[in-house]
Amino acid sequence: MSAALTGLRPEAAHRPRTRLRAVPTWLLIAPALLYMGVVFLLPLANTAWVSFSDPMPGLHNYIEVLTTPAYLRIYRNTTLMALLVTGICIVMAYPLALYIARAGGAVGAVLLAATGLSFWISFLVRTYAWTVILGSRGPVSQVARWMGYDPPPVLLFTSAASIIGMTHILLPFMVLSIYVVLARIDPVLLRAASGLGATRGQTFRQVVLPLSMPGIISGSLLVFVFCLGFYVTPALIGSPRDLMVASLIATQIEDLLAFGTASAMAMLLLGATLLMLAVYDRALGLANLMK
Amino acid sequence: MSAPAAVEMRRVSRHYGSVAAVDDLDLTIAEGEFVALLGSSGCGKTTTLRMMAGLEQPSSGDIVVKGRRVNDVPVHARNVGMVFQNHALFPHRTAFENIAFGLKYRKVPKPEIARRVARALEVVRLPHVADRLPSQLSGGQQQRIAVARAIVIEPDLLLFDEPLSALDAGLRDELRVELKRIQKSLGITTVFVTHDQQEALSMADRIVVMHGGRKRQEGTPEDIYRAPNSEFVMRFFGRVNSLPGTVTSAGGGTMQVALAEGVSLPVPGDAAPGTKLSLLLRAERLRLVPDDGTPALRGHVTGVDYLGMMVRYDVACGGETFQAIQPAEDAVLPIGTPVALSLRGEDLVLS
Ligand SMILES: Nc1ncnc2c1ncn2[C@@H]1O[C@H](COP(=O)(O)OP(=O)(O)OP(=O)(O)O)[C@@H](O)[C@H]1O
Ligand SMILES: [Mg+2]
Repeated sequence: MSAALTGLRPEAAHRPRTRLRAVPTWLLIAPALLYMGVVFLLPLANTAWVSFSDPMPGLHNYIEVLTTPAYLRIYRNTTLMALLVTGICIVMAYPLALYIARAGGAVGAVLLAATGLSFWISFLVRTYAWTVILGSRGPVSQVARWMGYDPPPVLLFTSAASIIGMTHILLPFMVLSIYVVLARIDPVLLRAASGLGATRGQTFRQVVLPLSMPGIISGSLLVFVFCLGFYVTPALIGSPRDLMVASLIATQIEDLLAFGTASAMAMLLLGATLLMLAVYDRALGLANLMK
Repeated sequence: MSAPAAVEMRRVSRHYGSVAAVDDLDLTIAEGEFVALLGSSGCGKTTTLRMMAGLEQPSSGDIVVKGRRVNDVPVHARNVGMVFQNHALFPHRTAFENIAFGLKYRKVPKPEIARRVARALEVVRLPHVADRLPSQLSGGQQQRIAVARAIVIEPDLLLFDEPLSALDAGLRDELRVELKRIQKSLGITTVFVTHDQQEALSMADRIVVMHGGRKRQEGTPEDIYRAPNSEFVMRFFGRVNSLPGTVTSAGGGTMQVALAEGVSLPVPGDAAPGTKLSLLLRAERLRLVPDDGTPALRGHVTGVDYLGMMVRYDVACGGETFQAIQPAEDAVLPIGTPVALSLRGEDLVLS
């Protein structure tokens, strides 16, 4: 066997072989699998079990969720919020990503670092920052008052606040997804396009935009999926009347102790998320997301 | 008066900070001519080409196309075809769409686009790949499609920036012939940037040798090879030996020069007797012959580089090492073989 291999590919014989070769692959990934199994799959399985069995076996939890108009409205509301945040993120992130990719060098590196920096600041901190900014005595209200709006419009604890907060938190995902793709576009393609007679605008529409589509799509997927299950920000600064699904689930558990209904809601949310990933996988291949 | 030149660069310079990438360049290119810009890396070839294309603005000087100053005309409004080192095909477009790209901006009607793309594909001999994406084509095919994309717009000027340097040797030779054929049959004025002297010699009607952003010499391939105006240009076209000599007599454009070991040759030139000279001789003009006892430079082989068609020898002679390139028709001389060096006065060039 090894002789045959050596005969076919002489360089293979000289490649240093680590002793790890002897350890089967499954053993190497076992700790990670075990960890994921205990902290992720087991609770998930438990949730699934509860959704079908609490307080009695059957599909009644699902039937309840899918036939209660108030719940369905919250699912629809959540989807709309997620779509809106995704759309705003695309519009805001694209120019920034384009600018960073074009600038390159030190300017690009600084902007990129600034974008990435916000990953290191906790959600919670950033969300509380918005309670100060949007609060009734915050800078936004001050400016509004100064411009003659007295009393100033209420911002905190509205859907608008929750959209602003989620956009702020998720924007870096979109910027980085788009940036990565834009940075890979060979600038010579732009020269080729203008050489063939395309103006800057035409070059953007015909070459840059189509080539950056994978970045827009993968960024949108990340942001959208994140939004669907977003809890902290909508719960802290959003409107108590326009709940999102995650808050609804929390309410079911904390206030109503309706574990079965809450589990069914969570499973439906998970199902929706998996559906999105499946669509994406069909369109672009999920593996590309990791590149 | 003759028609205005296809392209003229008048005292064009381009500075990047304190670096003069192109320095006071004058260049005139006639309609239908194939000019090669030849020079080593960093000599300003690409910058010159980009200024002709409009991708780069000259710091000073004028660029004139068919009598019209075009300095301020943006690239998309000039009618130039460009082919880059790495094809630069749009990866999300098929070969057909790539070639048709420039026609859309020229308001060519659809059926006409299809006809012209098909014809361009014929010209580059790839009529069957129209529906493939660039990633489904070989390197040589990609470069041909890039050529088709450049010629289909019927440009006033066709610009090539080292289009063959990313290809392997066999393909390079094939495409070299092909490009020359296409250029001649379409009669498009062409500027071809290369650092490969073979490419320049075999393709161009005229070669412009550049160095440090300046033009060092221009002329037909034969002129430049036969009569380089400087040691720099001579060395650019192959290996050159330098021999010390002393003038013994002179007159009438010819002087007698004494080399080492009692060898004396008539050399074109005029210098006072007693002047010490350095003479240049191409390696392919230095012949190795058997030692027959007559006065000659003598030495022995110290290195052999077998190239198939040719053999390149290093010969130690006195304190120097000379290089000689011989056809490989005779048996290859082994290292250590004593040889005599034969050279002709008219091949010697004063440095
Ligand atoms: N955008 C730029 N900024 C600063 N310097 C530049 C820029 N473009 C070119 N240069 C400098 O100008 C000089 C000429 O560059 P150019 O690209 O024209 O060389 P070239 O002859 O095409 O070389 P090569 O054979 O390596 O492509 C080089 O010294 C290069 O470093
Ligand atoms: Mg170059």
